[in-house]
Amino acid sequence: MWSSCWTYSLNLSSVPGDGDGQSRWCLSQVKGAVDDDVAEADIISAVEFNHSGELLATGDRGGRIVIFQQEQESKNLPQCRAEYNVYSTFQSHEPEFDYLKSLEIEEKINKIRWLPQKNAAHFLLSTNDKTIKLWKISERDKRPEGYNLKEEDGRYRHPSSLTTLRVPVFQPMDLMVEASPRRVYANAHTYHINSISVNSDNETYLSADDLRINLWHLDFTDRSFNIVDIKPANMEELTEVITASEFHPLQCNTFVYGSSKGSVRLCDMRASALCDQHSKLFEEPEDPSTRSFFSEIISSISDVKFSHSGRYMMTRDYLTLKIWDLHMESRPVETYQVHGYLRSKLCSLYENDCIFDKFECCWRGDDSEVMTGSYNNFFRMFNRDAQRDSTLEASWENGSPGCPLKTWRVCTGSRRKRNEIGVDCLDFSRKILYTSWHPQDNIVALATVNNLYIFQEKPN
Amino acid sequence: MAGAEGDDSLYPIAVLIDELRNEDVQLRLNSIKKLSTIALALGVERTRTELLPFLTDTIYDEDEVLLALAEQLGTFTVLVGGPEFVHCLLPPLESLATVEETVVRDKAVESLRKISQEHSPVDLEVHFVPLVKRLASGDWFTSRTSACGLFSVCYPRVSSTVKAEIRQHFRTLCSDDTPMVRRAAASKLGEFAKVLELDYVKSDIIPLFTALASDEQEDLEALVMPTLRQAAEDKSWRVRYMVADKFSELQKAVGPEITKNDLVPAFQNLLKDCEAEVRAAAANKVKVFCENLPEDSRETIIMTHILPCVKELVSDTNQHVKSALASVIMGLSTILGKDNTVEHLLPLFLVQLKDEVTHLELSPVSHLSVSLSLVVKDLSDCTTAETQLFIFQCPEVRLNIISNLDCVNEVIGIRQLSQSLLPAIVELAEDAKWRGVEFFDEKLNSLCMAWLIDHVFAIREAATCNLMKLVEKFGAEWAQNTIVPKVLGMANDSNYLHRMTTLFCINALSEVCGQEITTKHMLPVVLKMSTDQVANVRFNVARSLQKIGPFLPWLD
Repeated sequence: MWSSCWTYSLNLSSVPGDGDGQSRWCLSQVKGAVDDDVAEADIISAVEFNHSGELLATGDRGGRIVIFQQEQESKNLPQCRAEYNVYSTFQSHEPEFDYLKSLEIEEKINKIRWLPQKNAAHFLLSTNDKTIKLWKISERDKRPEGYNLKEEDGRYRHPSSLTTLRVPVFQPMDLMVEASPRRVYANAHTYHINSISVNSDNETYLSADDLRINLWHLDFTDRSFNIVDIKPANMEELTEVITASEFHPLQCNTFVYGSSKGSVRLCDMRASALCDQHSKLFEEPEDPSTRSFFSEIISSISDVKFSHSGRYMMTRDYLTLKIWDLHMESRPVETYQVHGYLRSKLCSLYENDCIFDKFECCWRGDDSEVMTGSYNNFFRMFNRDAQRDSTLEASWENGSPGCPLKTWRVCTGSRRKRNEIGVDCLDFSRKILYTSWHPQDNIVALATVNNLYIFQEKPN
Repeated sequence: MAGAEGDDSLYPIAVLIDELRNEDVQLRLNSIKKLSTIALALGVERTRTELLPFLTDTIYDEDEVLLALAEQLGTFTVLVGGPEFVHCLLPPLESLATVEETVVRDKAVESLRKISQEHSPVDLEVHFVPLVKRLASGDWFTSRTSACGLFSVCYPRVSSTVKAEIRQHFRTLCSDDTPMVRRAAASKLGEFAKVLELDYVKSDIIPLFTALASDEQEDLEALVMPTLRQAAEDKSWRVRYMVADKFSELQKAVGPEITKNDLVPAFQNLLKDCEAEVRAAAANKVKVFCENLPEDSRETIIMTHILPCVKELVSDTNQHVKSALASVIMGLSTILGKDNTVEHLLPLFLVQLKDEVTHLELSPVSHLSVSLSLVVKDLSDCTTAETQLFIFQCPEVRLNIISNLDCVNEVIGIRQLSQSLLPAIVELAEDAKWRGVEFFDEKLNSLCMAWLIDHVFAIREAATCNLMKLVEKFGAEWAQNTIVPKVLGMANDSNYLHRMTTLFCINALSEVCGQEITTKHMLPVVLKMSTDQVANVRFNVARSLQKIGPFLPWLD
C-alpha cells in the first residue's frame, strides 16, 4: 500500500500501467517553434492556468509573457475543448544591471501567478529574480471617434471651421487585448526570488527569496513586511535556504516554505509578526540505507503545493513526490517515485548539473491525481485513488493530436519492448520542469525547453 | 465668417473635449477636472445624450483620471438638468463602481450616495435601486463591495416591498464567499442599522452582527467592533437600547479578549446612559454579562468597572432601572463570593431596600431566593437589629423575603424567623400599598400552609400564631373561606403531626374566628379526632376542647 510505507520503491518492470500501455490522455496542441535551434530567450520558464482555466500564461527567459485563451466556441465540445490560442503577448521584464554589485539581473520570468478575477479584466503577478509586477490584461472593443480640431488621421483643422462642439462617440472596433503594468513591487529582495503566492484574502501576497519571505499588499508598492528571515548572523554558518513557498488556499494566515534540506515549515501569521518560529515542521527522517554524498542535494524541495482542499500538501524533491497530511508532521502519507532509476546515476547527474534541476508539480482539480515532469520529455502522472501511475511523453513526433498517448517504461535491463527505453538512452537535456493542471477540467499544460504542450484527457 | 464670436468661445471648449482623448495623461486629467465647463458649453441635453454616454465607455484610463471623473460626476446634477434627470448620471458611475482600483470605486460610491439624495422616491425605485441590485448580484466582488455602500442611502425612501428586497441583498452580502465583500458589509452594518426600523434591526442586524463578529477572517472582528462601539454610542437611544438588550449575545459572539478590551467600556457607558430605557436594558444584563466574562479577570473587571456603575444605578431616579437592578445585585453575589458580597453588595442592597417602590410586581422574586438566603444569613450574622428592622420596613423586601422563606428557612435561625419575619407578614397586612387579600391568597397562602406542617415544631407553632394574627386582620369571613377549610382538611392527613397541627390551629383560631365558625366547622372536626388511633392526638383533642370551650355557646 502506498500510503503506509514511507519509502516505496516502484518496481518499474512490473508496474501496471494504464491498461495496454495506453493512457486516456491525448495531445491537443503544441505551441512554439519546432526547430532544433532554440534561442535562449525562447526557453519557457513558467506555465500557469488561471482560476477558471480559460487562460493559460507562459513566461520565458526573455522576460516575455504569452497568454493563451481557450477557444470560446469549442470549449464546450468534449473532443476539442483544449484548444488554446494566443490572446496576448507582452514584455513583462527587461534585463537590468545592478551597478552596486556589478551584476546583471536576468529578465527571466521565474513565476507567474494569477489573481482571482475581480472584474472583467484579468490580473496576474509575474516575477523575475528581483522585481514583481502586477499586470492587467483587458479587452477593448470600441474606440472613440470624432475630434473637434483635427481629422481622425491627425491633420489639424482650422479653428475657424469650428461651428459647433463635437463630443466623441464610441464606435466598435476589432477586439484588442491590452496588457498594462499596474504595479511594480521592487527593491524588497536581496536574493533571487523563487516563489510568489497570492493569499486567499485577495489583498495580499508573499514573495520568497533564498533567505527571506516578504508579505505585500497588492495596492501598495512602497512597503512590504518581512515575515520570515533565516539569514544567519554569520553568513558562513549558512546551511539551508528557502526554495519554495505558498499560501494556504483557504486560511489567509497560513503559509508553508520548503528548504534545501528537505524540510517544509508551516507558519501561522497570527502567532507573531515574524514567523521564524514555525508552527509545524514536516520532515521525513532519512533512510540510512540510502544515504550518500548526494542525499542532501536530492532532498532539496523544488516545489511545494497545497491540495485544492487545503488538507494536503505535495512536495517535490529530485527523485520523489510526497503527499503530506497537514495534521501529520512526521512523515508523508504517500510517496511516489518519479524516476527512481536515476538513483544510481546521481554522480553523472551531479557533473552535468542536472541534479540541481527544479521540477514543479501540480494537483488535479479534484486532488485525485498529481503530476510532475521528468527527463527525456517524460512526465509522470500518479492516480492517488487508483494507486496507478503512468509515464507519458511530450512529443509532437510520436503522436498526432487526438490520438491517445502511449505509456512508457524506463528499464534498467537490456531487453527492449516497444515503448521501453533504457536509462542510459534518456536525453537529460530535454526536461519538463514546468507543469500546470486546469483547475476544473482534465487538461494539462507543460513546457519542454521551448514548446508548450497541451494535453487533454479523453472524455468517458 | 459666420459665428466668429461663437468660434472664439467654442475654441477652448473644443480643445478641452479633444484633450479628453489625448495621449498625455496630464492633459486628459486636466480636461476631466474641467468637465463642468464642457457640460455647460454643451448644455443639459447634449450633456445627457452625448457627453455622458462617452464618459460611460471611457473607463479604460489611468486611476487618477477615473478618480477625477468619479468626483466630477457627483456634482453634475445641475449640469444634466436638475433632479429630474439626475438618474442619467448613474450609468457612468455604475461602471466606475466596478473598477479594480479601490480608490476609484470608493469615489464612485461616494458620488452615487450624493446624487441618491437628489433622486425622487420614484426615481430611486426605477433607476437607483436596480443599479444597487445589479451591483449586489454582480459576478465580480468589486461590484458587490461597492453595493454595500449604497443600501443605507436608498432604503429610507422606498416602498416596503423594495425595502424587503434591499434587506435581503444586504443579508446575502454579509455571508458572501469573498472576505472582502463581507468586510465591506460589516463596515456598513452600523450605518444600515441606523436607517432600519427597530424590529428589523433586532431580527436582521443582530444575527448578521454576531455572524460577522465570529467570522473566520480575523479582521472582520476588528471591523465589526467599531460598528458596535458606534452603535453603543449612537445618537439614537433606540440603537443604544438595542445594543444593551442584545449585549450578552454580542459578548458571546466576540469572545473573551474583545469583551475585556472593548465590550467592558461599552457596557459601562450603557449603564451610565442618559436614557433610562437604555440603562434599564443594560442593568438587566449585568448578571449575564459578568457571568460570561473570562474567568481569570472576572472578579477584577466586576470590582473595578462594573460595580462602580451599579453603585450609581442604585440611586437612579427611574423605577425601571432600580427594579432591573434589584434582580441583578444579588445575582452578582454568587460570582463575587461571600466577602465581597457582604462588603460591597450588601450596602447596595440595603440602599435599594430603603427606596420607596410603588409597584410590587416589578421586583422579580424567584431569582432572589438563592442569593437572598445568603444575604439574610449574613444579615443575621453581622448586621444590627436596627438594620434588620428597617429592612423589614420595606414592603418590597419583606415581600421578597417572605416569598422566599423556604430558602430563608434553611439558613436563618428559628428565633429570627419567629421574631422578625413572621411579624413582618403581619406588617404587610397593614401595608397601605398592599392590594389586599387576593394578593395574600395568591402569594402567601400556600406558604403559610406549608409552615404549618413544617418538620420543626417551633415553626409550626410560630406559623399557627401567625395565622391567628392574619385572621385578626382579614376577618372571620375570609378565614372561613380560605384558611379554615385548609386547616380542617389537614385533619385527615395521614401524618399524625399534621393532624395535631390542625388542633393547634383550631386552638389559636377559635378565638378570632368567632363562635359561629368555631361551633359549626371546627368543633365537629375536633370531635371526630377524639377517636384518632394515635394517643397523642386524642390527648390533644382533650386539650383543644378545654381551650375552645369558652368560645362555644353551650358551655356558657
